Amino acid sequence: MKSENNISRRSFFKTMGAAGLAAAGISACGKGSGDGHSSPETVPQGQMTYRTNPTTGDRVSILGFGMMRLPSTGGKSAREGNGDIDQETVNALVDYAISHGVNYFDTSPAYCQGFSERATGIALGRHPRNSYFIATKLSNFSPSTWSREASLEMYHNSFKELQVDYIDYMLLHAIGQGGMDALHGRYLDNGVLEFLLEERRAGRIRNLGFSYHGDIEVFDYLLSKHDYYKWDFVQIQLNYLDWKYAKAINDRNTNAEYLYGELSKRKIPAVIMEPLLGGRLSNVPDNIVARLKEREPEQSVASWAFRFAGSFPGILTVLSGMTRMEHLQDNIRTYSPLHTLDDSEFSFLQDTATLMMQYDTIPCNDCKYCMPCPWGIDIPGVLLHYNKCLNEGNIPASSQSENYRKARRAFLIGYDRSVPKLRQANHCIGCNQCSPHCPQGINIPKELHKIDAFVEKLKRDTL
Amino acid sequence: MKIQPDFLILEHHYSDEQIIRIKRERTLTNMLKKIRTVFAIIFFAAITLLFLDFTGTLHAWLGWMAKIQFLPAVLALNAGVIIFLVLLTLLFGRIYCSVICPLGVFQDLVSWINGRRSRKARMRFTYSRAKNLLRYGMLVLFTAALAAGIGSFVALLDPYSAYGRIVSNLFAPLWQWGNNLLAFFAERIDSYAFYKTDVWLRSLTTFIIAAVTLVVIVVLALRNGRTWCNTICPVGTVLGFISRFSLFKVRIDAEKCKSCSLCARACKASCIDYKNHSIDHSRCVDCFDCIGTCTHGAISWTFRFRGKSDNTIRTDEGHAGTTADKSRRRFLAAGAALTAAATIKAQEKKVDGGLAVIQDKEIPDRRTRIVPPGAMSLKNFYRHCTACQLCVSVCPNHVLRPSAGLDTLMQPEMSYERGYCRPECTKCSDVCPAGAILPVSAEEKSSIQIGHAVWIKSNCIPVTDGVKCGNCARHCPTGAIQMVPFRGRHRYRGGHSEDAGNDRPEVFIPVINTERCIGCGACENLCPARPFTAIYVEGNMVHGEI
Repeated sequence: MKSENNISRRSFFKTMGAAGLAAAGISACGKGSGDGHSSPETVPQGQMTYRTNPTTGDRVSILGFGMMRLPSTGGKSAREGNGDIDQETVNALVDYAISHGVNYFDTSPAYCQGFSERATGIALGRHPRNSYFIATKLSNFSPSTWSREASLEMYHNSFKELQVDYIDYMLLHAIGQGGMDALHGRYLDNGVLEFLLEERRAGRIRNLGFSYHGDIEVFDYLLSKHDYYKWDFVQIQLNYLDWKYAKAINDRNTNAEYLYGELSKRKIPAVIMEPLLGGRLSNVPDNIVARLKEREPEQSVASWAFRFAGSFPGILTVLSGMTRMEHLQDNIRTYSPLHTLDDSEFSFLQDTATLMMQYDTIPCNDCKYCMPCPWGIDIPGVLLHYNKCLNEGNIPASSQSENYRKARRAFLIGYDRSVPKLRQANHCIGCNQCSPHCPQGINIPKELHKIDAFVEKLKRDTL
Repeated sequence: MKIQPDFLILEHHYSDEQIIRIKRERTLTNMLKKIRTVFAIIFFAAITLLFLDFTGTLHAWLGWMAKIQFLPAVLALNAGVIIFLVLLTLLFGRIYCSVICPLGVFQDLVSWINGRRSRKARMRFTYSRAKNLLRYGMLVLFTAALAAGIGSFVALLDPYSAYGRIVSNLFAPLWQWGNNLLAFFAERIDSYAFYKTDVWLRSLTTFIIAAVTLVVIVVLALRNGRTWCNTICPVGTVLGFISRFSLFKVRIDAEKCKSCSLCARACKASCIDYKNHSIDHSRCVDCFDCIGTCTHGAISWTFRFRGKSDNTIRTDEGHAGTTADKSRRRFLAAGAALTAAATIKAQEKKVDGGLAVIQDKEIPDRRTRIVPPGAMSLKNFYRHCTACQLCVSVCPNHVLRPSAGLDTLMQPEMSYERGYCRPECTKCSDVCPAGAILPVSAEEKSSIQIGHAVWIKSNCIPVTDGVKCGNCARHCPTGAIQMVPFRGRHRYRGGHSEDAGNDRPEVFIPVINTERCIGCGACENLCPARPFTAIYVEGNMVHGEI
């Protein structure tokens, strides 16, 4: 145990770029526990829970690494601003993940302004090919990539960027966005799906599946053709809020309970995305924090969400976009090994979800599919600032509210800090290019205009 | 300690009793300089802070300090202040120049720093004759410029404005960077005590003028103390003229004076002619430096109507102390009175994340300038404005900036690329000391038409790109803009130019009801078309009301 720790520590240190991360990593994996001199929280090694893929027999770690929220040299997520991906930190994160048992890495040609695949390829290329599974997608954001030629180009480019000659998990990206028309236009009519089936037979794709957001008709259609397509896996959004409330939050979405039910009926393994709703299930209002911590004082708020997602038996892996080493360590802790929820814990989380529904939080998961806004607005920045103020009690109901002055200052100054003036909500012209891309189906211009009107009232002191 | 040698000298000439009395007198007169210094520091710091504080918090408390400045008060026709300043000068001489005028105090500061080097540097001055031709010449030119409405020349010479420009152009950026550093740390500890502000060059010309002024002032002050005040400054010349007749004056007692030249060498106004035991009161700024330097007790600040004989017997009689007491009392009373007065093309989306590059907006070619609500009219504004930059430094929306035209150089104008004239803000009208921007309430402001919006079809994105917009209409605080269907010819992104067909979505364009438009610039600032907006504000020569 001791020597194992030392080895990992050394190899970890070797590849570590950021000093701060190094310090955090060492203290977390090197020190013993229980002496009361520091937190007994350690990051266990070799205890990761694995699930087996019924078709290929892959032993997949329950924690999957989402490569959508990679860190940038600016110190934040690479999708914020226009900063480059911090490759050194990505390498360090990937090394740490692999040494702690994570073996599923999910990327896409669209992530991180199109640079995620390359960064993933560089980081994973330093490890033996059989020590990890790669998932990537045929993305569909722009109709200019819908032709057969452009699709094939995107597909072949993924191999090049990822430095591999086969792909473990290949997905049709975000089917349901744009309804049946988009499905036909993007994957069916041009024969691209047939091509992928061909590739699977040839062994260059080991598993074929799709990720789903939006129109349920598309989901149901593709599952109804399961006998023909033989889906190896399907990626869905599942968490304790969306289990029963996805439709209540937005009418065009479908409850995770239904999605998972449909998959498990057909024995199709599910890959889970948005288990934490882009951090919304970690950054929760104070009373929710208190409620969760009261029950498990030593577990993070996020750990509840990961345990929820992992507790279903039909789940292959739970993806988490881990920008920071602390996220990775916390998740490894939760899943090494996974303690599945018992019935009372399950209903406790359902009650928590009911409580959370009382808040007017905007269901933005900071996935940045809406970006870039052609008019330069930082859409997730604005929405998340609003959510943050909501969680902190800084959205006063009126100027008569008790904490009005303080909340007003916090909202307005914080707004300028979070989002540069030229990228704020008042510049939204309502062109609505963004909304169709939103996996959560948010009416973005409406929310931006609502926030703008609120800001205007705060500024004029007429709330 | 410095006084030690004086008393050694005194001991040879006077009795113990006399020495005690003279000592007391000496302390009292030394008090004068201390009092002057204290008041000067208070005024100087406060006025400097007025120009530095971009949050506008101090102005409610200290704004009056700008309003008692001489030229702004004259331009504002602020009779109360003018009478007060004239009376103050008639009573005590040019105290204004040593206490109230920030440029005067600034020169003293520079001169003092230079004097700290050595005794020789401190005593570097010599008497010079008054440059009457120059100073009265400047005054005549200045008055002529004032009458002719050549604001830029007036602004160049007014001491308060010159100082304001120096602070707002040269010192304020440092202050703001300091603030931004604090804001940086505040953000990291989740405190909202400080917030970041934009530091930007509002006008290169004004910046250069401010820098040149600073260099000239510093050089003059380093060499000769108050040269600027006594040769160039029109306010100094006017007050100097008045102070010839002031009731209290610094005088030399010819009987006691040994013509040692110490006082003249310490006089930064170069106004003591020690050989003739006379002082040019039109140039004396009541700094009281000379009194302390005189080792013979020959210099005092005394009441006008006390004959020379008084002075001679003073050494024998005991009431000199009471006189000093009285003058001190008066001085304090005066002090008390003083305190009391007072266009991007939409990018096709292929990958997620990233931020579109935002092109900077450019200033439209306005036919008529925009000046703030409360200015009444362009003419009124530019007639009164002394270009002190107080409104510019306090404008939280980065709307006001110095203008560039030759006749109105440095006097502010408005533009909306960085922000617009927000409905709740009346900061510029609150602070203007010169009556160029008269005080208005936020309610009054919302009905003052400082300009009117103009639509430029060829920039408007519904017309050029066929997209839905209406951001101007959504943000118009008076509801002067409506969106109406566009019936004319489209020029879509595709380059087609045809009448609106059935297959195309209907586009809406803004129409402006000029009767309701107040010219605040919300539409211009928030218009998505760049670099030139599709809607911009033309100023009104004379401001109207809805």
